[in-house]
Amino acid sequence: MSRSVLDLWVGVFVAMGIGAILFLALKVGNLVNWGSTPGYRLEARFDNIGGLKLRAPIKAAGVVVGRVERIKLDPGTYQAVVTLKIDHGYEFTTDTIASILTSGLLGEVYIGLDPGGDTKMLADGTRVTKTQSAVILEKLIGQFLVDKAANTGGK
Amino acid sequence: MLDAAATGLADGLRRLGSGAIAAVGRLGYATRFFVAVVRETPAAFARLHLTLREVYFSGVLSLVIILVSGLFVGMVLALQGYDVLQRYGADESLGILVSLSLVRELGPVVAGLLFASRAGSAITAEIGLMKATEQLSAMEMMAVDPLARVVAPRFWGGVISMPLLAALFSTLGVFGAYLVGVRLIGIDTGAFWGNMQAAVDFRYDIVNGIIKSAVFGTAVSLIAVFEGFDAKPTAEGVSSATTRTVVESSLAILALDFVLTVFMFRGIS
Repeated sequence: MSRSVLDLWVGVFVAMGIGAILFLALKVGNLVNWGSTPGYRLEARFDNIGGLKLRAPIKAAGVVVGRVERIKLDPGTYQAVVTLKIDHGYEFTTDTIASILTSGLLGEVYIGLDPGGDTKMLADGTRVTKTQSAVILEKLIGQFLVDKAANTGGK
Repeated sequence: MLDAAATGLADGLRRLGSGAIAAVGRLGYATRFFVAVVRETPAAFARLHLTLREVYFSGVLSLVIILVSGLFVGMVLALQGYDVLQRYGADESLGILVSLSLVRELGPVVAGLLFASRAGSAITAEIGLMKATEQLSAMEMMAVDPLARVVAPRFWGGVISMPLLAALFSTLGVFGAYLVGVRLIGIDTGAFWGNMQAAVDFRYDIVNGIIKSAVFGTAVSLIAVFEGFDAKPTAEGVSSATTRTVVESSLAILALDFVLTVFMFRGIS
């Protein structure tokens, strides 16, 4: 086989391979969370994070605006400290409420941000003070049963 | 009677010991060989056409088997995944299941196994036959280093081809899953791609998959050139070297895959 034909085939092969990597990166991976995405960090403390995991999405009005970057326990207050990485270009008011929500009954756990009416914006490294913990189904059922017993006992 | 048993036992122990020593010695020889091949890297890229020729034989000629297998693996994965997922009403997560399995595991591993049996065995047979027909010795007589001229280009051809083949395998697999999941079964296109894009992370999933395939490519190419270079220069020696290449490469891929997965994907459940 002549060298130019061989080069052509190798070129086609390498182009296909790079095309496949690009396809995986852009169409499959969507390149949303490329390690160095510009953004800033916020901190939020929750009494209970339920099933929240690293890299869980952060949504405002249903739009993904960032990812959970770090989760740890504060040994002093026994609260979960969650570091939120918010994508560059999104800003939230200082009275934003961060709540841990679940999409659907078995869906993924994410953090929802509900901005308030304040005019000041949260800066890099500050804390979201208003938070709402995850709803734990077992606790909810337990609460319901206790209430039910109290109601029927009173009558 | 007892004496015979004792001699038999001693013989067995002796054989075991000499086998172990031979195996360790061979490992040492393989390591030395690897260093020597890597040392010849400049030679492989100085005469680029030699390496490109090997990319052609290892990569381009493996395309058909890789593309067809990828397509069918993706289609089967979609059918089986759908069967289980729809019981929990989670059939729209099919894209996540297929893409993560392919990009993280099946792409690198299955493409690596196919590459070992398609290209690795051919490399071993070629080098082994060159040795058997004394072409390697003839090169040395002409002051041409066979490591630079024969081995290094084949090694680098394999190392370059493997990640590209694995990426193509995963791509075709995702495409096959799309055909079955969206076109045949009728999952919503937006949910299929959207869930996939939300779940697959470029750095965490795709880059790690590419690293895996590069490691497998290095291991398979090294085993292939080593077994060929080390083959007994007989017809039988070449055939057993080819067999060893496929067996050792497959085992190496599976063992390395476990080790790499432990390091790469343990942190996050």
